Amino acid sequence: MIALKDLSITIASRQVVCGVSLPLEPGKVTALVGESGSGKSMTALAAIGLLPEGARASGRVDLDGQNLLDLPERAMDALRGRRMGMIFQEPMTALNPLMTIGDQVAEGLRRHRGLGRAQALVRARERLDRVGLPAARFPLGLYPHQLSGGQRQRVAIAMAIADAPDLLIADEPTTALDVTTQAQILDLLRGLVRDEGMALWLITHDLAVVSGVADHVAVMQQGRIVEAGATAQVFRTQAHPYTRALFAAARHVPAPSGGTAGGGPLLRVEGAVREYRLPRPALFARRPVLRAVDGVSLDVGIGESVGLVGESGCGKSTLARAILGLDALQGGAIRLDGAGVGPRMPKAQRAQVQAVFQDPFASFDPRWRVDRLVAEPFHLTGRPADWRDRVAEALAEVEIGAEAMSRHIHEFSGGQRQRIAIARALIIRPRLILLDEAVSALDVQVRARILDLLARLRRQHGLAWLFISHDLSVVRAITDRVLVMDAGRIVEEGPTGRILSHPLHPVTRRLVAAAPILPQL
Amino acid sequence: MIPGRHRMGLVAGAALGAIALAMALVSLVWTPFDVTGVDVANRLLPPGGAHPLGTDHLGRDLLSMVMIGARTSLSVALLAVGIGAAVGVPLGLAAAASRGGWLDEAIMRAGDLVFAFPALVTAILITAALGPSAANAMLAIGIFNIPVFARVTRAGALPLWTLDYIRAAEISGKGPARISAEHILPNVASLLIVQGTIQFALGILAEAGLSYVGLGAQPPTPSWGRMLADAQTMVTLAPHVAVVPGLAIVLTVLGLNLLGDGLRDALDPRLKARLT
Repeated sequence: MIALKDLSITIASRQVVCGVSLPLEPGKVTALVGESGSGKSMTALAAIGLLPEGARASGRVDLDGQNLLDLPERAMDALRGRRMGMIFQEPMTALNPLMTIGDQVAEGLRRHRGLGRAQALVRARERLDRVGLPAARFPLGLYPHQLSGGQRQRVAIAMAIADAPDLLIADEPTTALDVTTQAQILDLLRGLVRDEGMALWLITHDLAVVSGVADHVAVMQQGRIVEAGATAQVFRTQAHPYTRALFAAARHVPAPSGGTAGGGPLLRVEGAVREYRLPRPALFARRPVLRAVDGVSLDVGIGESVGLVGESGCGKSTLARAILGLDALQGGAIRLDGAGVGPRMPKAQRAQVQAVFQDPFASFDPRWRVDRLVAEPFHLTGRPADWRDRVAEALAEVEIGAEAMSRHIHEFSGGQRQRIAIARALIIRPRLILLDEAVSALDVQVRARILDLLARLRRQHGLAWLFISHDLSVVRAITDRVLVMDAGRIVEEGPTGRILSHPLHPVTRRLVAAAPILPQL
Repeated sequence: MIPGRHRMGLVAGAALGAIALAMALVSLVWTPFDVTGVDVANRLLPPGGAHPLGTDHLGRDLLSMVMIGARTSLSVALLAVGIGAAVGVPLGLAAAASRGGWLDEAIMRAGDLVFAFPALVTAILITAALGPSAANAMLAIGIFNIPVFARVTRAGALPLWTLDYIRAAEISGKGPARISAEHILPNVASLLIVQGTIQFALGILAEAGLSYVGLGAQPPTPSWGRMLADAQTMVTLAPHVAVVPGLAIVLTVLGLNLLGDGLRDALDPRLKARLT
């Protein structure tokens, strides 16, 4: 059994983890919960001996009575993979794009067990079968780019458990996946713990995931464990104020905006069709056509907040690009306030719609300062003489101080960046703002504050939102009406409350069932 | 990452580059000796005394020769980089902006065509056709820099085009040309600076090569390559005559490479935050 005892970590004389003790029992799932920056990932990296340069760990990481922190790098190298495996958040970058999945899973076995390639591949095949990638559909010779995000995460899990380690560390293993895939991966992890008797150490910010999976939970705040115990117990009593705050944030629903919905449609999509030509499958074959959006019709009223929900690959992002006027349609029409939307629409028309994107780290040019970034949409309207005052005003609306204007974007946290992105969308006073997974990458507490902010802005400015997400629980808090999309079509639509409580279409049911829920206490 | 090491590379590279540049500039107004005359009495003197780097087979002062040679080598290489960047970077930006379109294909295939010929051999062809001179050597080297800059620019720009901040710029009504100039170019500039210094260094080598075979700078203008060519018959007799221009080339090329790496790190605002 592996156990942390009084583990502390300092980076450049700053203490980031302080006196953490955590037993990781075999056959059990232990969750470590906290906000980003609370030190939970550092704790995991210390346990597996992969701390970044400049970080120092003290205390004990006990394995069979041996303190792993005392071991030299060579000895740790032999233990990693063999006794401890780890999977990471981002399945897109966790695999080597130039190696087949069979070789990647076999690599550790060949190194640690000294197996020959053929033997290691036999074992790799068996492990891939175990994680739900059967030989018939997933031969060993596939490359990572041929797999979806969820399938890649399964490969990463197969790599981590190839040598049946005592401990599997999973750092936000499902945060980058959509809800139905998340539910499948969590099921897989739970099954592995049950069947193979290993310990699973789950690191996450998502309390709902913890409540469904973990036997034990430890809540971490600023590098200290403030509360720990059996999951049901901790969740029921919520003894520490921080635990209560996390729960409150996760359940948070902004005050009803009393939105000024009504007064005719603002956005009207009629029978929209968007097709892509795929690469030729063979030299002289015809290029197949993928119909990503297949005859979608929808309305968004003035001041209305609408959710568009679907699994990844359902076509919702393609539809979003068309609504933003970035791509031309192959059929149907999109009208905004009566006028057509498309790549060639005039600037005044384009100025009616703005967007906020998912990844707060890719949403801004790293070389520009905040004032210039926020002022970019003025390109559509002409930059007014008092543009700096307008930027300051827009930043104030999202509760960012004016001193931010002369700074670069890398100086801000994810939540602050998302506020700045909202300020950029607001500055030219559009009538519709499209939010593409805009809060999915944020911690619960930050997400709750952003949702409050969005509700307030809608009330003040009479804005309409189109909220695109794979996660029904995010949409629940902030939309009046929700549309469910699958395979390029809208399969169900209705008031958010009704859709969530009485889903009719099988896809909607699957989404509702997959969304992890907090226990009602 | 150890901050000090980057700073040291930057400082050492800048110093070597500055020395080469200073030699070239000073030679415009002053050299220790006149090199137009022949002084057979003092030929092949070893380094030391009145001639700190010795003299060549005609008794000319090697330090003065290296200083004047720096002028030729640096200006030819620098202008060749200028030609390559001025044409190649816009082509690369245009190719990236039309991702996979016919323009992209046309530009990249044209680049492949240039790459298909061995650079130095074609440069020899061009200078032989247009007449051997420093200006034609510069043009020949410059043409081969164009596809290099086009490729590096395109490779750096392609991943940027998928990022959300480009999407935000498109939503702000900006066209591909403006986005390329405002967002893409500044973000690939660090790559281009590194590539520019490498091409500068390669340009010095190429100029030396062309001058060595007599197709670059013409007598009596000294250049590092011609100095090497002149020295080769005397390598066993007076090795310093070859070592001096050889070292000048090696140190300048090394300095430019160090400078390129250092600049790349210093110009990145994210890295800068970490270094300070």
